[in-house]
Amino acid sequence: MTELTPLRILLSIMGIMVTISINAMLLVWLERKVAGHMQYRRGPMEVGFHGILQTVADGIKLLSKQLLIPDSVDRPLYILAPIVSLVPIFVAIMPIPFSENLQIWELNIGLLLVIALGLLNTLGILLAGWGSNNKYALLGGARAVAQILAYKIPLLLCVLTIIMLAGSFSLRDIALAQEGLWYAVVQPLCFIIYIITITLETNRSPFDFAEAESELVAGFHTEYSGMAFSLFFLAEYSYMFLASALAAILFLGGWSGPLLPGPVWFLLKLYAIIFLMMWFRWTFPRVRIDQMLNFGWKILLPLSLLNFLVTAGVLAL
Amino acid sequence: MKKMKKIHTLFSDCCYLKEILAGFISLLRGMRVTWRAMCSRPHTVQWPRETAPLPARFRGHIELVADPATGRPRCIVCGGCARACPSGCIVVRGEKTADSKKKTLTEFTLNFTTCSLCGLCVESCPVNAITFSRDYALAGVNDEIFSRMNLLADMKNTAGGMAHV
Repeated sequence: MTELTPLRILLSIMGIMVTISINAMLLVWLERKVAGHMQYRRGPMEVGFHGILQTVADGIKLLSKQLLIPDSVDRPLYILAPIVSLVPIFVAIMPIPFSENLQIWELNIGLLLVIALGLLNTLGILLAGWGSNNKYALLGGARAVAQILAYKIPLLLCVLTIIMLAGSFSLRDIALAQEGLWYAVVQPLCFIIYIITITLETNRSPFDFAEAESELVAGFHTEYSGMAFSLFFLAEYSYMFLASALAAILFLGGWSGPLLPGPVWFLLKLYAIIFLMMWFRWTFPRVRIDQMLNFGWKILLPLSLLNFLVTAGVLAL
Repeated sequence: MKKMKKIHTLFSDCCYLKEILAGFISLLRGMRVTWRAMCSRPHTVQWPRETAPLPARFRGHIELVADPATGRPRCIVCGGCARACPSGCIVVRGEKTADSKKKTLTEFTLNFTTCSLCGLCVESCPVNAITFSRDYALAGVNDEIFSRMNLLADMKNTAGGMAHV
């Protein structure tokens, strides 16, 4: 096993920075394309081949904008919020195995680390909501916290089921344990619940309560503009990347697949799940916050608990 | 989907699970709709490089028709169109020249800001000298462009009978 030396940390952080930037650019473009084609449109077509460089142009525009900080905000919190939102990504990507040997940090509690750091996104949203000194932002931030229990418990129960099957917290071991059969096939209900909860976790429509364009202006990032806003944007797409990477490892066998090399398979599975999330966004009408809490507590939780208990019972036999 | 329905009947006596399953199936149906939309051709066109086909009876602002033989307007300056116009937005002037007994058109101005595109001028013209243009991409920096449209000059600019877009 490789040591986590300072040089390795530095290089990997640079690598992660490049990865999440390219990922965000690609995803913003893909999102607009998927949205367009699902509505009989074409999406961006002007900058580059089929608009592929549209995000670069948008990024340059955002970079050149003045960083506007309103007078009434709580300055330290306001500035800290986008950073708190983005930074955990750098650590959380480290234990993700992109293939059998392509992994920054093999950790025997990798899964726990990724899930725990994934929670920090909510803290960033709450800080932004509170620090903005704006009623819409505060409502958005408060909603992000209100929904966290409703989806985290079913999510953890699902993950726990997988941990029981694999017998390990290490992401690498979990992926290796699915050599014969994917856990998505063994645990279809668990897979569905996981996909629903990561849609909730990444604050995406139909569960975009923290952002809530249609009712809260822009939710927690109402007061943000320019680069601070694009950091939130980057964080949102990076969490999508992270959550889908986890889904690929937990349910779709990670990097395993015929012919193509491991990382290619891994990215294929990852982006397939991201596409699924985009598909959700442009198909389903958004739900109200109370409907979502009902859904979380009355449907997701009992189903995941049932699934967990049945799996435990079968394993005990 | 057929398989789903079989499972559906299996749980029909249990209300809670039935509801969840019915909801899940309806979500899948919705996803099928958007998938089909994504796989079909977009309905939009890349304007201005592509343009959508105009309907045959499209009514743009009126324009003068040139006589293909001489290239001059067919208009005989009878003033019928100006009289027929309910909004009074057409001004026609002509003068007699030495070489001809007929009047020659010297001015044909349309105030497009009050025109309701009723088409009475087109119908009233005895020599079919007015038609609807197919010009829809109208833009201007002042209202002069629309309140005093010089149709005679426009006709001369688009010699050869080509519609200007």
